[in-house]
Amino acid sequence: MFEYYLSLFVTAVFIDNMALVYFLGMCTFIAISKKVETAIGLGVAVVVVLTITVPVNNLIYFYLLKDGALAWAGLPDVDLSFLGYLSYIGVIAAIVQILEMFLDKYVPALYNALGVFLPLITVNCAILGASLFMVSRDYNFVESTVYGLGSGVGWAVAIVMLAGIREKLKYSDIPEGLRGLGITFITVGLMSLGFMSFGGISL
Amino acid sequence: MSSMKEVLIAPLFVNNPIGLQILGICSALAVTTKMSVALVMCIALTLVTAFSNLFISLIRNQIPSSIRIIVQMTVIASLVIVVDQILGAVAYDMSKELTVFVGLIITNCIVMGRAEAFAMQNPPVLSFVDGIGNGLGYSVVLMLVATIREFLGSGSLFGYAVMPLITNGGWYNPMGMMLLPPSAFFIIGLLIWGLRAWKTEQVEEPEYEIGGHTALTRPV
Repeated sequence: MFEYYLSLFVTAVFIDNMALVYFLGMCTFIAISKKVETAIGLGVAVVVVLTITVPVNNLIYFYLLKDGALAWAGLPDVDLSFLGYLSYIGVIAAIVQILEMFLDKYVPALYNALGVFLPLITVNCAILGASLFMVSRDYNFVESTVYGLGSGVGWAVAIVMLAGIREKLKYSDIPEGLRGLGITFITVGLMSLGFMSFGGISL
Repeated sequence: MSSMKEVLIAPLFVNNPIGLQILGICSALAVTTKMSVALVMCIALTLVTAFSNLFISLIRNQIPSSIRIIVQMTVIASLVIVVDQILGAVAYDMSKELTVFVGLIITNCIVMGRAEAFAMQNPPVLSFVDGIGNGLGYSVVLMLVATIREFLGSGSLFGYAVMPLITNGGWYNPMGMMLLPPSAFFIIGLLIWGLRAWKTEQVEEPEYEIGGHTALTRPV
């Protein structure tokens, strides 16, 4: 059993990497990867939010939205799955807001470190993407927790690595048109190529 | 009306959402291995951007600014649900191939970005045109990437074999890498290079200047 979850985790981190294989969360990935420090802050925030939102959305899907999920309320014929997108994004926005208030009150140090990034996270495609993948792959509660954590860690690893490369890249003499955005894309491409090599691994 | 034409044309090359504003790269690149899938994605995104701009612009004076993000999200999410349901009913196979990526239009930064930056300040019709313009600017890049990837990766365009593959008795040995994720990044990077070589005012300033060689200029 443990090996199964470990394998799910490793797959989510390396093989199905959110940023480099599914292109999710690209806007923030490119925009906020100029410094390693900020990249680490954003990465941690994404890990925390993903680990909470994916399981919560899993519960919402299984107990409210799925075809026949409302059987416990005496409504076995109701299928609310078309409301999926609206509920997931609502849940994500709400959880980010609650997390922000909670951290502000109880862990001010962490709040100051993550503060700027939390609102950004609501519109990060990696967060919504993970919830949608969870639904389409039919994960149960434990699986979705592991998957949320794994995909968050994978995204964080990728953005910190990119920030490290970009900090050094700043000092290189890049052709004019490629400067900034262009070379960043090519760097990400090379990183993605590196991550392809994890492809065959299974535990 | 020249301003309307400008609003429609500018996003195509001068102020391209992907090339310059770094918006909307999320989620979209994953659907560029086939042209037909990319085309459906482009149409869906252009429609959602245009209509979300229209509706948000219509109610822009009624939205309290403290909850505007939630209101915009709700409008966008509802439009995406409509698009998703229509796709599921009309083109079921296509919606299976797009998997979660239709849903991810909700968090596509172009839609949100245009709603926040343009529709909140401008009248409905102009906002609608801006939405179409930005959707097309995005589509140009996406279709270019899809064309290159499908042509070199499978030797076909829109599923019709242009260059017969060796496996089918032809002569073309497909570039397998074009179908893998890294190629999309390379192509986008090179497209930006091409765009900036053409429109040189988009070139970014270097963050770090290499100083002159002081050791040699020092008097001995």
